[in-house]
Amino acid sequence: MSLKLPIYLDNAATTRTDPRVVEAMLPYFTEVFGNPGSRNHKFGWDAEEAVDDAREKIAQLIGAQPKELIFTSGSTEGNNLAIKGAAEMYAKNPAGQTGRGHIITAAHEHKATLDPVKRLQKQGFDVTILSPPADGVITAKQVEEAMRDDTILVTIMWANNEIGTINEVPQIGALCHDRNVVFHTDATQWVGKMPTDVVKDNIDLMTFSGHKMFGPNGIGGLYVRRRRPRIRVTAQIEGGGQERGFRSGTLNVPGIVGLGKAAELCMEEMDSERDRLLALRTRLEKGLEKGIEHTQINGNRDKRLPNILNMSFGYVEGEGLMMAIKDIACSSGSACTSASLEPSYVLKSLGVGDDLAHSSLRLSMGRFTTEEEVDFAIEKITWAVNHLRNLSPLWDMFKEGIDVNAIEWQNH
Amino acid sequence: MAYSEKVIDHYENPRNVGNFGTTADVKTRKDIGVGVVGAPECGDVMQLQIKVDESGKIEDAKFKCFGCGSAIASSSLATEWIKGKTLDEAMAIKNTDLVEELSLPPVKIHCSVLAEDSIKSAIKDYQKKNGLLKEEHEHAH
Repeated sequence: MSLKLPIYLDNAATTRTDPRVVEAMLPYFTEVFGNPGSRNHKFGWDAEEAVDDAREKIAQLIGAQPKELIFTSGSTEGNNLAIKGAAEMYAKNPAGQTGRGHIITAAHEHKATLDPVKRLQKQGFDVTILSPPADGVITAKQVEEAMRDDTILVTIMWANNEIGTINEVPQIGALCHDRNVVFHTDATQWVGKMPTDVVKDNIDLMTFSGHKMFGPNGIGGLYVRRRRPRIRVTAQIEGGGQERGFRSGTLNVPGIVGLGKAAELCMEEMDSERDRLLALRTRLEKGLEKGIEHTQINGNRDKRLPNILNMSFGYVEGEGLMMAIKDIACSSGSACTSASLEPSYVLKSLGVGDDLAHSSLRLSMGRFTTEEEVDFAIEKITWAVNHLRNLSPLWDMFKEGIDVNAIEWQNH
Repeated sequence: MAYSEKVIDHYENPRNVGNFGTTADVKTRKDIGVGVVGAPECGDVMQLQIKVDESGKIEDAKFKCFGCGSAIASSSLATEWIKGKTLDEAMAIKNTDLVEELSLPPVKIHCSVLAEDSIKSAIKDYQKKNGLLKEEHEHAH
């Protein structure tokens, strides 16, 4: 059997929409095309029914009530609504003043969390950005130590998008509930892959996205807890008052139907997929470690999503590595162009040195990844790293026992 | 980024990869000049070693490079060009010549600068070992 190149190992960036999802969506473009807000005719009623059905399926996936879901355009919007909306709702002082409340987040969160938090900081909120430990896992203890009397919001992602590490979300949620602090989690990488129960897991606000779970782009959701405690957020997009006023704008019916179908499929296949992905990831890890010496897995080895591998290959340069594996679509820890030499801030926050951060790859598998593709990736990456090390003066120095970090380099 | 065919060729089949001995060995050898330029955190390190014969010609050259495809290609090409040249001829090679030959885009010009620096640095190392270095060339970094 021949492989279709390039192979796709970037499922943490986005996933292929499952054809079964596309099929479910299609009638909602041309046949059931009504606006669910239209209360006076069948077109509207049919669309509303489809939305209700999807809402039900998504609620089941995460253990919520259908009324607790707000549809958004994706996780960036969801995080903005949750973080800014909660801060505004629970602020201790009105806009224009300082001391409006304390917010806790972490340095390796997604920019869609960090940037809204930084804006709030400019608007009079106090912010603590936790430095993750070397294994990347934020613990409830770490959050507890940062808590203050005026803490109003904790936002900690469930699983990290670059390294796949899983934070102590249920424990952090319990801590927040003890202290009457609102808890938001960005669960973009988590939902659909891992069992989720927002009630048991003590979550107040939770963001997720369609295109990370084999659903369509441009649709996502925010869970907002309605009972014990009832959580409210201030709307960030105003207008027609859809989604109970939390998020105005005509509903994206085909997208919502697609998200509903994606949720249904994820739920049905979750257990078998989790095992399959873990087996593939283990195969990939073992294969690479066998053929390449001196590798490093970034992030806690056990507390990790089953589909993400972030590995550093010392003494080879990231861009050169990407060039050698152009048949593998994946992400590099190096955002290196000559203009901006900025290795991944996530890896840097874990204390991974610039050299290793530059030469890291994020390989993320998904529903459509095959064993054959994994074997191809092992072979290509092994060849590439060994080829580049053969060329690398730093590798020679390492082999000769010279500490590369102790050399005084001439910076250009 | 689209790489030129020549860059890809040098990247996939680099010429004159290697060295004339361990770091400690070549330090003491008077017929070898070593240039190491760049820094790991900048994403490029080039090591160029030249072997100079009794007539003052570069008899052989070897390189190692930690860097992107353009950096590897620039240093690989540099070794091809300097082989058989006198030190003065090699000293006259300009980074713009490498840019032209490899069709490097503007964002990759620093790779060619590094390659030129590695040539000059290796020649100076050879001259220094052999007491040929003129005083005015020495300056602190």
